[in-house]
Amino acid sequence: MAGSGAKSGPDVRVSPLVGSTDGALRDRLFSYAILICALAVLAILVLIVYELISSSQLSWKAFGWKFFWSHDWDPVNDQFGALPFVYGTLVSSLLALLLAVPLAVGVAVFTTEMCPKWLAAPISFLTELLAAIPSVIYGLWAIFVLVPILRTEVQPFLAKTLGWTGLFTGPPYGIGMLAAGIILAVMIVPIISSITREVLSVVPQQQREAALALGATRWEMIRIGVLRNARAGIVGGVILGLGRALGETMAVTMVIGNRPEIAKSLFAPGYTMASVLANEFSEATGDLYLSALIEIGLALFVVTILVNALARFMVWSVTRGQPARGHA
Amino acid sequence: MGVGIHVEKLNAWYGTTQALHEIGLDMAANHATALIGPSGCGKSTFIRCLNRMHETTPGARVEGKVEIGQLDAYDGISPTLLRRRIGMVFQKPNPFPTMSIYDNVAAGLKLNGYNKRRELDEIVERSLVSSALWEEVKDSIHKKSGASLSGGQQQRLCIARALAVEPEVLLMDEPCSALDPISTGKIEELIFQLKAQYTIVIVTHNMQQAARVAEYTGFFLLGRLVEFDKTEKIFTNPSDKRTEDYITGRFG
Amino acid sequence: MVSLRGAMPEKNKQLEISLWRRLKDHFATLFAITTVVLVLAPLIAIFGYLVFKGIGSINFAFLTQTPKPPGEIGGGMANAIAGSVLILAIASLLGVPLGIGAGIYLSEFGRNRVGDMIRFVSDVLNGVPSIVIGIVAYAIVVLRQKHFSALAGGVALAIMMIPTIARTTEEMLLLVPNAYREAAYGLGVPRWRTTLSIVLRTATSGVITGVMLAFARVAGETAPLLFTAFGNQFWNWKLDEPTAALPLQIFTYAISPYDDWHRQAWAGALVLIVLIVGAVSAVRFVVRRGTLGAA
Repeated sequence: MAGSGAKSGPDVRVSPLVGSTDGALRDRLFSYAILICALAVLAILVLIVYELISSSQLSWKAFGWKFFWSHDWDPVNDQFGALPFVYGTLVSSLLALLLAVPLAVGVAVFTTEMCPKWLAAPISFLTELLAAIPSVIYGLWAIFVLVPILRTEVQPFLAKTLGWTGLFTGPPYGIGMLAAGIILAVMIVPIISSITREVLSVVPQQQREAALALGATRWEMIRIGVLRNARAGIVGGVILGLGRALGETMAVTMVIGNRPEIAKSLFAPGYTMASVLANEFSEATGDLYLSALIEIGLALFVVTILVNALARFMVWSVTRGQPARGHA
Repeated sequence: MGVGIHVEKLNAWYGTTQALHEIGLDMAANHATALIGPSGCGKSTFIRCLNRMHETTPGARVEGKVEIGQLDAYDGISPTLLRRRIGMVFQKPNPFPTMSIYDNVAAGLKLNGYNKRRELDEIVERSLVSSALWEEVKDSIHKKSGASLSGGQQQRLCIARALAVEPEVLLMDEPCSALDPISTGKIEELIFQLKAQYTIVIVTHNMQQAARVAEYTGFFLLGRLVEFDKTEKIFTNPSDKRTEDYITGRFG
Repeated sequence: MVSLRGAMPEKNKQLEISLWRRLKDHFATLFAITTVVLVLAPLIAIFGYLVFKGIGSINFAFLTQTPKPPGEIGGGMANAIAGSVLILAIASLLGVPLGIGAGIYLSEFGRNRVGDMIRFVSDVLNGVPSIVIGIVAYAIVVLRQKHFSALAGGVALAIMMIPTIARTTEEMLLLVPNAYREAAYGLGVPRWRTTLSIVLRTATSGVITGVMLAFARVAGETAPLLFTAFGNQFWNWKLDEPTAALPLQIFTYAISPYDDWHRQAWAGALVLIVLIVGAVSAVRFVVRRGTLGAA
């Protein structure tokens, strides 16, 4: 019974909670409900793997491993070879890395080692803002702003100066591998930069002081005392950026030209694994066509997972539990 | 009205490390018992075995007998229900940060399903009076959050929170070690008054405090109860040499 | 850049910082500044163009009308905005509870091997390209129902939200000091009530932050909707029919040959970015305020 707990002398006081239940049943229900939510995460992964593998069986049985180095993509005649897409994905991603890594590391070094304290937070915030921009908006801007600039200024310039390398030949459409690489680079700079910043800030202050005490200039201090220590983590960040670039779809689709051809020149149009899925999936007629596309999806899935796992391992091995210095 | 506590052959482990060895003692109802000893001697572990809080640590294990009044703490009652009969005050004051003073005091009741508004108002006021906090906060119990009080006030709030459920026993684990001397003094005064209605067990590493507030004192060392007797005897004429060494400051 | 030439004449060659080293130092600083400029330039350019090209086209008509047939001038993206709202609502309904629940598991029940496995899987899922998620949603919803639908789009986005929300929720719950759990257990509050009314309640603002960030991220996603929601030139409020979405509409218009659609694509993009950046900035602002307060 619920007592008002009157204390009258040396007497028995009754707790208001007499007769309450201990909630054991609700505890059990709660644990189950929570467990189900956690298992949902596992279920999602299992579902993804299952659907990708089962739906790509048709194509796998038809082509085997040849699928990945045949460059004959002919839906009309039911011939499917994914090499152009693999090539396009790799080239566009590597080009993006080439452009993005110096930029991202430069920004990270600047904000953690060089710039005045009050400037670091705004710059980091703006760099993070780049990450918030949706892919389709990058693509929109790339089509109407980047591509015309490439077509009228950049590509003729490159053709004139570096055309002898064979990488910058052919008609300057603007649209093509170069455009895709550039817009991808802009998109992966934030992630490489933020990981780099994180690993740089974990480097103990003594390393910097030791270098300075030996008479190093600031750049030498950064090179010897900071970058060298953070190397593994930076590489991890770069690989994470690669993972992001491999799977990037919309912006690339909008500027790469969507032609399943392999060409040496960066001016040429190309096609990536993600782009062919975006463009042709909803129009795929025929089970083999669909299955081939899903097999490409499976390959993309496996590659990005491996790349991301590798990247996370490398970043973890550097930051291992140490809290980052406070920066935005 | 408090009840007596009977402990027999109590052993406790953290994983494979044994923290308490064969502890046995009786604590008198409506008295305060102090537990003293150097760091790591097991006095906190012991007190947490009384309200089965020790079990909440992953890998922890308890064997033995603990009787709170007529109740066998480890047989026939769930830990949750047991803990509603025993109040606990921790070393660092921990009022719930998202709740007002009122809600903090009423937490033990509201969170356990007791929602009668008028009775709660009475109980909250009575608990705050018992913990000597009412005068200082009575105008803002709904407005101010529990975390906005000073350290000493927060601890008194935690005491009020523990008292609100009308426990029979009040366990205090070094309640003043995070507080300034003035707040400490106020709380010691409080313990003195609360003894009349509750059985109090207080862990302290401050021997003077034990001497001030408790009638009985137990000395723990390396997980064993070395000596247990009236406080006066422990501090003036201890039976065990180890107790004497600790009291006189030869270690600790 | 200290020259000790005056101090120790014999050793000055080694101790003096040579011109070459000083040049390298300056060049490094210059390079770093250049990279910052090069990185921030596209950001400013993108926002600049969005405003410049889009602001003129955002008017009442744009926000309330549906598209006109291709080639005709005018019309709007009202149905796309509404469609996005519908799809995001479905995604949140599915994704937020499951995500928070998984986060609660990881924080309160999962400090063990099973928890580690789920944590790992969560991180793996966060790296899966969104187009692949679209394929899976296609396989489990569209193929079964034999038509595109808002539900399929919602499922795809929910799959993307769950791992993100789980990890941020876990992080926020772990920040809640154990002292509060202990206080609750000491009062005899059962575990389920402690977890919800004390732990989750204390971490509320952080958890909401995580949810909003996940929401903002999927709000701009196009790829997973390409063959799930598919898009629609007209209004649709039914769960089981193709539905328009703002990012989808922007994509379709941008790659079309019609100038008027290009103009509207910019407008739509501006609307989308305002909504997303607004949400992200508001969240950052609230978090900064929140961390100055308690906990």
